[in-house]
Formats: sequence, structure tokens, C-alpha cells
Amino acid sequence: MSAAELAPPAARVAVRRPSLRFLASELRLVLRRRRNIAGLAVLAAVPILIAVAVKSTASQPGSDAPDFFQSITENGLFVSLSALTIELGLFLPLAVAAISGDAIAGEANLGTLRYLLTVPVARLRLLGVKYAAIVIFAFLATFLITVVGMAIGLALFGGGSVTTLSGSQISFTAGLARVVLASAYLSCALASLGAVGLFISTLTEQPIAATIATVVFSTASFILDSIPQVAWLHPYLLTHHWLAFGDFFRTPIAWDGALHGLYVAAAYGCVFFAAAWARFAGKDVTS
Amino acid sequence: MTGPDAVRTLGLTKRFGSHAAVDGIDLVVPAGAVYGFLGPNGSGKTTTIRMLLGLVVPTHGRIELLGLPVPARVVDALPRVGALVEGPAFHPYLSGIDNLRRLDAADRTSDPATSRRRLGEALDRVGLGAAASKRYRAYSLGMRQRLAIAAALLTPKDLMVLDEPTNGLDPQGTREVRSLIASLADDGTTVLVSSHLLSEVEQVCTHIGVMHAGHLVAQGPAAEIRRQQEAEARVDTDQPEQAAEVMRELGLRDVRVTPHGALGRLGDVAPEKVVTACVHAGLSVTRFVVDAPTLEDIFVGLTGEGFDVSG
Repeated sequence: MSAAELAPPAARVAVRRPSLRFLASELRLVLRRRRNIAGLAVLAAVPILIAVAVKSTASQPGSDAPDFFQSITENGLFVSLSALTIELGLFLPLAVAAISGDAIAGEANLGTLRYLLTVPVARLRLLGVKYAAIVIFAFLATFLITVVGMAIGLALFGGGSVTTLSGSQISFTAGLARVVLASAYLSCALASLGAVGLFISTLTEQPIAATIATVVFSTASFILDSIPQVAWLHPYLLTHHWLAFGDFFRTPIAWDGALHGLYVAAAYGCVFFAAAWARFAGKDVTS
Repeated sequence: MTGPDAVRTLGLTKRFGSHAAVDGIDLVVPAGAVYGFLGPNGSGKTTTIRMLLGLVVPTHGRIELLGLPVPARVVDALPRVGALVEGPAFHPYLSGIDNLRRLDAADRTSDPATSRRRLGEALDRVGLGAAASKRYRAYSLGMRQRLAIAAALLTPKDLMVLDEPTNGLDPQGTREVRSLIASLADDGTTVLVSSHLLSEVEQVCTHIGVMHAGHLVAQGPAAEIRRQQEAEARVDTDQPEQAAEVMRELGLRDVRVTPHGALGRLGDVAPEKVVTACVHAGLSVTRFVVDAPTLEDIFVGLTGEGFDVSG
């Protein structure tokens, strides 16, 4: 038979439109799932807990409390920052790990992966949409803490001008802008962890295993970062620059740490997304 | 047959380690056919179907799906292919219609403006209209199977690939799937239906392929496959020996004497000739039967095994 005989009539190839419908569907799936709603509720509860605890125990938090804690009673904005500092250790990475670990492994586990691929969703597009949803979720989770923290903080302690970590005063609006900036920075950091989770998610059909492995990754990074003997490794660790979000509250803003943090985040994001693609592109889907 | 074949493979092979799940098969599903893809569990049917759909990468061999090479251009071919692969799979905490909505949203070729209507039609076609907003978790196995079929029907298809579509369905549901296959075929859709249950496909298939231990041991139009095993004529009479003699003279093969008469393979001999010859020979024929071979017989003939035995 000739090649011409084999070729289908050109008109039969369906037109593919650019569309955000799948991303919207993915976000609905993530945000309507009861497990995820409960997780977000826990994240939002932490700033409330902090604010209420500080308000009720005294106006004198212990002198060994984190920097931001001491400032809470002076300005409600610091509730957000205290909550972010506390949740950055486990809760936020866990939330991102739960979503990213579930991305591919969850669909494989349910068997829905084979039906998405035969719709068809091209494999690169599936990874792209999944990762976009993870990034959006990272921003959402972080800003949820920020906004709830601000609301309860301003309600209990009031606003006004902000005393930075350097001791100087900036206006409330400037302070507010810096809190938003710090939250956006942390969101980017968490989004890069999401790429790690996405990659791990392509390795297994067990979403819980992928989630745990992702949390282990971020925790191991924190641990290594605290061991001086491997100081040469520190600048390359995913979590090394995370706490640099505090630098946004110096005058003038110390950009160095945060910029390095963004470079590292971008590098992790690119490398692990590429690894996920390399792994998933030719993978046999037998689930 | 006009146009390219709906499915064509050449030397299609899949090895998992040293085990060849599918071993060099040349599958041909002509456009417009209802192709019964038969074989016991574990014979390589599902692996073949997964390769056709681009889910599993072949170790060797070529695939053309609706004229397009797979996996290279599978994304261009699949919008015209509806698939049910190894049972239904949906998000348990979403309703039936939300699950379909998600699949429709994932399809860049589907028109969002007609989404609502198409979803409703697909659900109605499989009789799930009333249970559309129930959570998938609460569906019975039969309802889940129907939902999977509805998902494959969201947009018009040129080819439907149905892997074990009647698993978990009651006899009523099985009949409905059969009539659904018939109605798809009437619309000009090619249907590739795999099954390990012969009876459910025997009645609707125009073409048949039989898998056994990774090999495609038979393939072709259903009538041709049936002809591979000749019909047997059986004469009941009180003079078995004479009946057997008459049958041998007529040219029947494998003639055997039974307590009630004789039987033999007809070959090219017309069945009515056997009766006439027996009567002419003065035999009193009490019963005359021609046994057409069932697919089960053919399958046993091809593989030497019962149908439900894993290959």
C-alpha cells in the first residue's frame, strides 16, 4: 500500500484549541477535595492560634521567641510573619507535598490516569497543568496564612507603622507591601518543592509514598542545612534561603538572600520538572 | 472497505522483562467492522489495547491507529477514539457527571459550548441520566461500567475500543451493551471489543481475532473463521453401521458410529444430501442434526484449551 493510502483525510484531524478548562478542572478537583480543605483549615488555624495565645498569655512573650513574635503586640502584621515562620518548617511543605505527590501517582492509583491520557491529554500538557495547579496551590496556601494572620492580627493588636528588624520605622502601607512580597517569595520557594513532588509522583502509583518522600526531601534539606560540616552544600539546598524572607523587614531590604533563594528555586523547579518529563514521557502506564 | 483500516499493527511485540506479553502480532481491524478480540485472561489482549492507545510503548513493531502512527501521533488519533480500558476508573468523591465534566474539560478538541448537552446525551445513552449527580463512590459496578462507556461517547468517534465492556453487568446490562455496539456500528463507528466471554460477542461481531499466549492465532471475517471448522452431520437411526457406510460413500470424513446412529464431518457435502442418501438406502432416519461449530469449538481447535483457561 502507498503512503497516500495510509494518510487520513486532513480534515479528520481534530482541531486542538488552547484552553484553560483542564487547569480550572484540576483546581476544582484539588480545592473541593475534603482532605485538602481540611489541610488548608489547619494552615489557617495556626495564625489564629498564635494571635489568641499571645493576646491571652500576656503582652510579654519570652525573650527567646522568634524575632517576629516579640513584635506581634506592637503590630498585627507580625502575626502573619510569625505564622509563616512556624509553618515553613513542616505544615507548608507538607501541604505542597500532599498536592504534588498526589499529582500523577494519585491519578495512577485511581486508574484515572489512563483515561486522561486517552482523552487524549498529551503527557507534557498533563505535567504542565498539574504543575501549574501545584504552583497556584502553593501561592494560595501561603497567602491564606498571610491574609488570615493579618485579619486576626489587625483585629487583636491593631496596625500602624511598622518597626523593621533593623529598628527603623516604615509606614503601615510599606509594611503591608513587604508582607505581601515575603509571602510571594515563600510561595515561589514552595512551588519549587512542588516540582520535586511532581517528579517523585511520576515514580510511583502510591500517592502517600510520594507525599512522604517529598516531605522527607524538604526535611532532609533542613537537617543538612543545620550541619556545619557540610557548609559547602548549604547554598545549593532547596530550603537554605527560605528564611531569607525575613530580610524583607530590614531597612534597606537585603535582597541578596532572597535573590539567591529565587535562583535556587528556579533551578530546582526546572531540573525536577525536566526530570518528571523525562520519566513520564516514555513510561508504560499499566495502572 | 473504503479508507484505511481503523487499526493495523505489524509485528507488534511487548516484552516485560523476558516475558513476551504480546509476541509479533499483525492485527487488522477494517474500518466499519465490529471486531471481536478474543482470548482467555492473560493472553495479551489488554496489553495490545494499551499499546494501540499509546499507554504502553511497544518493544518492537509498528502501530497505525486510524491511519496515524502510534505513539508518534497518538494525540492526533485519540480524539476520534473512544476507549474503555480494563474497567472503569473515576474520582470516587466526584459525582458521575462531574467526572465526565472533568474528562470533557481535558479534551482540547471538544467544544465547551455544547458540553452540557453532550454530557446529558452520553449519560442518557447508557441509562445513567437519573444517577448523574450521585457520587461515583455510591455507584454499583454496573453503573460504573456504564459511566465509563458514557465517557467514551462524549464526542463522536470513528473507533470505539471496548476492553471487557460487560464485566460486572447483569444479563440485562450485557444485552444493552450488545445493542449499543450494534447501534455504534450502524452509525459507521468501527468497534474493537475484547472479551474472554465468547457468548457476548459471538452475536455482534463481523470480524474475529483470537489471542493465545501473546500470539494472534486466528483473525479474519467471522464467517471465514467459522468455516475453518467444518460442521458435523448426525443421523439417528436404528441401523448405525449402514448409516455410517452411506456417509462414508458420500465423502464425509471422521465418520463414527454412535449407539443411536452415525456422525461425520460434512466438508463440502450439502447436508440435505445425507438425508436423501440415507432414505434411498432404506434407512429409517429418526433424527438429523447439523452442528455448526461454536466459537468455543473453534477456540479449542485453535489453542487446545478451554476458553476460560489463562494462556
